[in-house]
Amino acid sequence: MKFIDEYRNAEAARRIAETISREATRPWTIMEICGGQTHAIVKHGVDTLLPPSLTLVHGPGCPVCVTPVEYIDKAVEIAARPEVIFCSFGDMLRVPGRAADLLSAKAGGGDVRMVYSPLDAVRIAAENPAREVVFFAVGFETTAPANAMAVRLAAARGVRNFSLLTAQVLVPPAMEAILSAPGNRVQGFLAAGHVCAVMGVGEYEPLARRHRIPIVVTGFEPLDILQGIALCVRQLEQGRSEVENQYARAVRREGNPAARALLHEIFQVIPRRWRGIGEIPASGLGLAERYAAFDAERRFGPAPPPADEETVCRAGSILRGILRPYECPAFGRACTPEHPLGAPMVSSEGACAAYHRYRRDVPERPAEGAVARG
Amino acid sequence: MAESIEFTPACPLPIPEYPRLLLAHGGGGQLMHDLLERMIFPAFANPLLESRHDSAVFRLGPTRLAFTTDGYVVRPPIFPGGDIGGLAVYGTVNDLAMAGARPRYLSAALILEEGLPMETLGRILASMRGAADTAGVQLVTGDTKVVDRGKGDGIYITTAGIGTLDHELTIAPQRVRAGDAVLLSGDVGRHGMAVMAVREGLSFESDIESDCAPLHGLVQPLLDAGLAVHCLRDCTRGGLASSLIEIAESARLELRIRERAVPVREDVQGACEILGFDPLYVANEGRFVCFLPAAEADRALAILRADPLGAGACRIGEVADGGTPGRLLLESRIGAWRILDRLSGEQLPRIC
Repeated sequence: MKFIDEYRNAEAARRIAETISREATRPWTIMEICGGQTHAIVKHGVDTLLPPSLTLVHGPGCPVCVTPVEYIDKAVEIAARPEVIFCSFGDMLRVPGRAADLLSAKAGGGDVRMVYSPLDAVRIAAENPAREVVFFAVGFETTAPANAMAVRLAAARGVRNFSLLTAQVLVPPAMEAILSAPGNRVQGFLAAGHVCAVMGVGEYEPLARRHRIPIVVTGFEPLDILQGIALCVRQLEQGRSEVENQYARAVRREGNPAARALLHEIFQVIPRRWRGIGEIPASGLGLAERYAAFDAERRFGPAPPPADEETVCRAGSILRGILRPYECPAFGRACTPEHPLGAPMVSSEGACAAYHRYRRDVPERPAEGAVARG
Repeated sequence: MAESIEFTPACPLPIPEYPRLLLAHGGGGQLMHDLLERMIFPAFANPLLESRHDSAVFRLGPTRLAFTTDGYVVRPPIFPGGDIGGLAVYGTVNDLAMAGARPRYLSAALILEEGLPMETLGRILASMRGAADTAGVQLVTGDTKVVDRGKGDGIYITTAGIGTLDHELTIAPQRVRAGDAVLLSGDVGRHGMAVMAVREGLSFESDIESDCAPLHGLVQPLLDAGLAVHCLRDCTRGGLASSLIEIAESARLELRIRERAVPVREDVQGACEILGFDPLYVANEGRFVCFLPAAEADRALAILRADPLGAGACRIGEVADGGTPGRLLLESRIGAWRILDRLSGEQLPRIC
């Protein structure tokens, strides 16, 4: 298939992997930010082609994984209300809250609908004027423009029974948090290509300068990722710390100005808690004051306060790249995709779920506890 | 930005068991597997049921019979390339074929929802009749019920079928041997994506049609040719991967397949890419896998390809000599190996 096959070509993959092996003279640790990239790396086995001196750590870029548990609880609570039609992307439905997930809310009688676009939720609201339609707006800068468009459309068409339960997050503040944290191991970043397709690459230049770290904007196919790693390794070997764009077929320097303008109109930057990580300043989007009428938390009350929980889940360490999924004591035992203890085991983009699904007992898997690649 | 962020792990307590049935319990994945293991099989435990084949095979007097049943709840009931009526006939015919049986007689129970247009019902019944004629089976007994509006998706159909075996082969996962070739009868993913494309709320345009078709006409020539067919399995709910995982587990052997060898049509691949689906897990209604000794693989492929329904038949892998029993491994397109595991439930479209 065009634009797929050429990026999954075994021969080309081998050539890039050989280049990486030749150029990497020292051990390096590189983090891919985006859960989509984590999934692709583990699914296609990209990491198994890399030299052992190279360590890939999987970043917090899975929107499902980092949505705070109190927002899942709020979603479940709203979804149980008889007047509500609760709309969500599919992979949020299985994320466990403290008491239930949205699939259980549906089984308990809640009107929970899986939609493929927030615009579908606006249509459902227009068709059901006597019901309250709530869309669960999660994700990074990639999902934010469509969610913003849904609010703008609802406002323009006077669809007042539509609202967003918003848990939008932003990538650069999370990278800043990872780089500033004590014990940081990350020496280079693969930035999320689709986030940059919206936001452009400008936000990453101060990060690269301040932390002297190479950042390569990278796509999602196996060859994209290998090429991103190759560019990153070359910068590390040459002592450079620049923002490079591997994903030029999708990412322009300025991003998508129309989408950015829409974000600035509908949303404002706010502090946000990340599941497994904690609060990061200026790392989220909430509805701007003039669109506050579309805020589900104003309509149905704010999300409950976060509570400390006793748990064996080491999501915080895994999302920061300190632990490998299989180094967690619960991995594959107490914690499985059927009964996840933490968010990274829930979404197909979560690092733990990706390892559990594709790598659980493949022979190449390194011994327990070893610091291993990928 | 603060100098350093206080990282506090805040993960939830587990939900140990679901107190209510979820839709995903019927999705063909791990949850369904658990439901069958913990509740359904123990309730009816007997050796025939526990063979876990698509049909139960037993002897009545001198005759070997295969017996099977299946319920059909597809939404919408009419989809590109077929409808629930044809599906209900072919599905049961195929379950019999996978035991190596000649399908003979079918029953059908219709559960109809108040308000169903008579025209729709007529079309579905005509389709059932047409499918039965094509498959050479007779629909000889049945039942009809009507439920209140809102209590059903227009129409549900349950069919049961009886077939005869005119050979002494045992065709079952337990017969699979190390070194067997794994053959696939054609491209995968069409039925699932055809239904997805017309399902409410999903607005992508496609010309993908279901592959819904009777398979016994493909199987019978393999048996007639005297090939030592070890196991057959149609790749319905849960797709090719789920069928192979079931066989690997029942046979207690390791299967290895090559992603590059599995044909997926370009439009199906494209739709899967958009939704974040893996075509290996997408449902088919006219595809099956066949396990037989590697030395007979080429002959079997030639026989399959002689029929238009099997024109795309190919060899996708082997049964490993050694390895981990019950495991399915896939060589990815870029040449790395990974596990193919049972999905937890249905595939859910990804956020981004």
